[in-house]
Amino acid sequence: MKLECKHVWKHISEYLDKQLDAQLLMDIEKHLENCEVCSAILDSTRNILVLTADNRTFELPVGYSERLHQRLAKAIQGEHSGDKPA
Amino acid sequence: MPATVDQEKALIARILAGDSNVFHELIRPYERMVYLAILAMLRNEQEAEDAAQEVMINAFRHLKSFRGDAKFSTWLVTIAMNEARQRLRKGKAAVLESLDEDKEDREGDFTPAVLTDWREIPSEALEKKEMRQKLREAVEQLPPIYREVLVLRDLEELNQEETASALGINVTLVKVRLHRARMMLQKLLVPYMKSVAPARKGFFGRMFQ
Repeated sequence: MKLECKHVWKHISEYLDKQLDAQLLMDIEKHLENCEVCSAILDSTRNILVLTADNRTFELPVGYSERLHQRLAKAIQGEHSGDKPA
Repeated sequence: MPATVDQEKALIARILAGDSNVFHELIRPYERMVYLAILAMLRNEQEAEDAAQEVMINAFRHLKSFRGDAKFSTWLVTIAMNEARQRLRKGKAAVLESLDEDKEDREGDFTPAVLTDWREIPSEALEKKEMRQKLREAVEQLPPIYREVLVLRDLEELNQEETASALGINVTLVKVRLHRARMMLQKLLVPYMKSVAPARKGFFGRMFQ
């Protein structure tokens, strides 16, 4: 089946997640071979997702882990002392 | 590297038996995940850090209620998303942004931005620090119901089922929202990608000018 661009756009996400059924996948790949516009949309979306998962995009603040474990240690300690009768 | 499910079960058993300090070890692989999921929702580093700490403390206090049928990471991220949602509702953010889903059915414009010169962009543009900054900003601009799905699926790389479970929505909704979120992101970022890309005077450049 010949697909229109708009139809392809609806399935970009499923295409990237490899969730399309075989027939639709074939139709879309055929379309992509001849459509630079849809290929570019697909590539740009894929690249954005690669960048989203890249550890350098979203970073932890310096000292985050130390502060977390310090506060946790206090909470754990508090929990234990709370068990004891006053 | 996260521990295996069996290793994690053993750690949890030790904690519940009274060896509380083992909890530090249990959560270490998930510190990053919890913080980033919350940060993406709250968009404020200080509040996100405080919330992440609260989440870990709550997880410790309620560890008994963790049932082995879900992964520990999914259970933890569920607590994290609940904490983030709660703070969003309470905070100023709630005035500007609504977690309500009443707009869900409205037909939005979730089509991608058409670009014709992408093929010459990738490596150099993607390596730019500013590109990452733009991406963070774009993620922050997404409405929360889309942002939370994108963060769990594409940043934390949870699968569909885990995402659905952590957010308390069904898998179909996860798919719909993820698609929309990705298209919104693409649309927000393409103008920037184009601006950092070298001008192209090829066939497509002419065709779409």
